[in-house]
Amino acid sequence: MKSLSDRVVARLQADMQIPDLSGTRYNLLRYVACGGMGSVWLAEDTVLKRRVALKVLDLAGPADDLDVRLLREALILASLEHPGMVPVYDAGTLADGRAFCCMKYVEGQTLAQRIATLNLPDRLRLLERVAEPLDFAHARGFIHRDLKPDNVMIGAFGEVLVMDWGLAKVGVTSLEAGETEIATAVQPTQNSLRVTDQGSVLGTRGYMSPEQARGDIEVDHRTDIFSLGAILTFMLTGSAPGELPAASGSVLRPLRAICEKAMAGDPNARYQSARGMTADITHYLNGEPVSAYPEGLLERSGRVFTRHRTAVVLVAVYLIMRVLFILFERR
Amino acid sequence: MTRHSLVRAAQSNDPATRSRAIEAIAAAYWRPVYKYVRMKWNIAPEDAADFTQEFFSRLLEKEFLDSYESSKGRLRTFLRTCADRLFMNQARDSKRLKRGVGSTHLSLDFMEAEQELATELRSGSPEDSFDKEWVRSIFVLGLARLQANCASRGKLIHFELFERYDLEDADPKPSYAQLATEFGLTTTDVTNYLAFARREFRRCALDQLREMTTSEEEFRREAQALLGVKVT
Repeated sequence: MKSLSDRVVARLQADMQIPDLSGTRYNLLRYVACGGMGSVWLAEDTVLKRRVALKVLDLAGPADDLDVRLLREALILASLEHPGMVPVYDAGTLADGRAFCCMKYVEGQTLAQRIATLNLPDRLRLLERVAEPLDFAHARGFIHRDLKPDNVMIGAFGEVLVMDWGLAKVGVTSLEAGETEIATAVQPTQNSLRVTDQGSVLGTRGYMSPEQARGDIEVDHRTDIFSLGAILTFMLTGSAPGELPAASGSVLRPLRAICEKAMAGDPNARYQSARGMTADITHYLNGEPVSAYPEGLLERSGRVFTRHRTAVVLVAVYLIMRVLFILFERR
Repeated sequence: MTRHSLVRAAQSNDPATRSRAIEAIAAAYWRPVYKYVRMKWNIAPEDAADFTQEFFSRLLEKEFLDSYESSKGRLRTFLRTCADRLFMNQARDSKRLKRGVGSTHLSLDFMEAEQELATELRSGSPEDSFDKEWVRSIFVLGLARLQANCASRGKLIHFELFERYDLEDADPKPSYAQLATEFGLTTTDVTNYLAFARREFRRCALDQLREMTTSEEEFRREAQALLGVKVT
């Protein structure tokens, strides 16, 4: 066998990534993207005649932690039915031994791609919608642990989806009655504990809370609040967290305060829920005071003026007219 | 040979077993070693060829491999380090060690390797080149397996299609319809045969790799490198 050119070697490497779908109900259509765990492919479900996304691991084997993580992600998604979570249809092992997970194929853009076209209020509304599925998951005891702009998709119909729950952890603090069973089903096995719960650092720098970066075992849902604050920072500045510019005007100060509160080093100093953080954002959008920012009299006056501009202008015009009328009568 | 057996066989006391194992290891590593020394020390082709023969003779004499412990690192890195060490020792002694009488002389096509070097883009470090050559060698050996496998199962046409579509450097590549006409098949057959060949190639290349590694962990890390996946 003669040697191979660099181009052929690259082609063979690409060939080796192609999942073996023989014996499954799926037909491979095309490659979509690659991630930390493997690659995502567009496929056709030949039974239901619809397009689906197949997440396929690079490698698999009996001792592969990634297999466990992918299966956990599938279980978590299957147990969390929310418009902001991608529905999972199937999971298993392919003929080539690689684990796969079949999900709804979402066409759209990542949050990182989308925000460039949005104005500030629309960005903030988008963040509110990111917080919804997160709040839903937290209420059921799940922590995402890898929230970042690339893991948020905005679909073709404007739907906002929080993706990539591969690093998710099952917490215990927020479980409500009747939900223990769901959480128990996806509770890490001994094997997956080794992956994510024994002090190993998993996540994305910049969007990861300090306690998660330290590898603390006891991270709770407030690690996601930190990430949400980091995403807000990114949405405001277009830059990675840690590069928030000095507030140049009173408009940014409340938002800066929201970021700072969400990203506080001490989890107790953060918002205690995603809903709490979005409440502040909603207040800001409505021209109301935000809990994270104690404003001065001048700022409060400015905000009230901005919020009730028409009424203030009408009153001012009325008063000026009234004064002019009085002056005219005296003459 | 099964997992572990190749490196263990290369450490065996039985000369015949050792010789077979070293030949298998040499088949995967002689090109990386040859091109590495050519690039790193810029030595003449004939000196690099002598060095490569000498290197694998030393392996056969158990001089290097006896000190290899799989728990301490990959075989690939170990062999590259051995090549470095041997070269530096030779440079220090200011002489080329000649192969002893009776030691194995491997039949290696250095001319072809030299021609490849002349046409290849020299980007990256010699270490990168070593790794790249290693991937190429594993693929070449995997393809030989695939060819034998297809021949034994009466599916040589699958391999020929694969060779024509995936292994030729032609630009643009032939379309499936062109291949169908050329091989007297339907386009669907071409699609299915190519899918089969690619699937089997993956298996053959990974089987080849499995033999060259000594533990599941090493296999996984090396497979990531083979697949071009960045290992974090």
